[in-house]
Amino acid sequence: MDKKYECTVCGYIYDPKEGDPDNGIKAGTAFKDIPDDWVCPVCGAGKDQFEPVD
Amino acid sequence: MQPVALNDFIYWVGAIDWDLRNFHGYMTQRGSTYNAYLIMDEKITLIDTVKYYLYDEMIERISKVVDPSKIDIIISNHVEMDHSGGLPRLMELCPNATLITSPNGAKGLETHYKKHWNYKIMKTGDSIQLGKTSLQFILEQMVHWPDNMACYMPQTKILFSNDAFGQHLATSERFDSQYPLDIIMLEAKKYYANIVLPYDTQTQKVLDAVSTLDIAMIAPSHGIIWKDHVGAIVTQYNNWAANKTKEKALIIYDTMWNSTKLIAHAIKNAFEQKHIPVQMYDLKTIHISDIMTDVLDAKYICVGSPTLNNNMLPTVAAFLTYCKGLAPKNRVGLAFGSYGWGGQSVAQVEAILAEMGWKLLPAIKVNYVPDAQLLVTIAQQVFENLHTM
Repeated sequence: MDKKYECTVCGYIYDPKEGDPDNGIKAGTAFKDIPDDWVCPVCGAGKDQFEPVD
Repeated sequence: MQPVALNDFIYWVGAIDWDLRNFHGYMTQRGSTYNAYLIMDEKITLIDTVKYYLYDEMIERISKVVDPSKIDIIISNHVEMDHSGGLPRLMELCPNATLITSPNGAKGLETHYKKHWNYKIMKTGDSIQLGKTSLQFILEQMVHWPDNMACYMPQTKILFSNDAFGQHLATSERFDSQYPLDIIMLEAKKYYANIVLPYDTQTQKVLDAVSTLDIAMIAPSHGIIWKDHVGAIVTQYNNWAANKTKEKALIIYDTMWNSTKLIAHAIKNAFEQKHIPVQMYDLKTIHISDIMTDVLDAKYICVGSPTLNNNMLPTVAAFLTYCKGLAPKNRVGLAFGSYGWGGQSVAQVEAILAEMGWKLLPAIKVNYVPDAQLLVTIAQQVFENLHTM
């Protein structure tokens, strides 16, 4: 299963199982497959400010 | 209780919290204000409310201009209760009013108040027409909550900035020309250091957006309105968001039997010898939120604690936890302390300084009481190590 990613700014966790349907990311989308212009739904941080959660 | 006119159709109708001294752990020795703004255009509009216990004060001010039940649009720029606390009663008074907020604002208000209000959600770039004037919206995500938003009225060049550019300052004066500027600036600095500091990247985004606007007035949600000194406060925000520091040292410590204090003063001597301004803070005598004001532009931060029961002192732990959350960057740290046995405190302090990504000067750890010779040696070593920074 694809990894979860955590926003280093606010702590939001992107879970590929859930996706981010409010912002057009379907459930089941791996973090690497999210478009580059997607931002953290909580704090607006860019994709590059996310780190994988072990 | 009077409204204060910003021009011939916009009024400050907020509330003054004269007695506030502790804002969730931030000492507000000068009290605060919660600023709400009433726009008397074709659509009568209110920007933000006040804390719940000052609702009647806000209503009294609004009533001097217009019947509050006639408000058509209420803008909630921030979910935090010092600005949204008046909403539940106001929405009962104006059930047909449109409640304008950010995407995260709607989520936050709904979750907090459990009310299905008539929301209209705005994002950066959206605007609404009020009549002869309009408001453009700018999301201020994480300055300092996910929901923060600002609005700009191009016709009057007023930026309603919400928490950005605010200060905790209770006064009946509303404009920066009416109150000592050094106190306004100091309180703006303290506000930034204690509220906005962790979010430098996000603040920079807001500053970039603000730099494209022609601004005559910044009307924040706390304290004084910027009118004569708009350029000065925007410049300061740019410096703070860039983590620009000065050649300035802070020595922050607590002590049990004076040994850690003796080390603190030896370190101070080294900075004096280097002609670097230095400030001593014994944590028993000053509040951590006041220390943060000074941390905001200090390059060198030295933190000392003796070892108590295999740990640093709780006062030092409290300061470091608070400071780590506020995440000042690009500093030089130095951990120091004395111990009888065990001696874990210095490594514990240093670990937190390292976690913040600071450069470190070699730590200083003394068993029992440092004698005069050792204190001279410590000062000499710190002086020499400063050359490497």
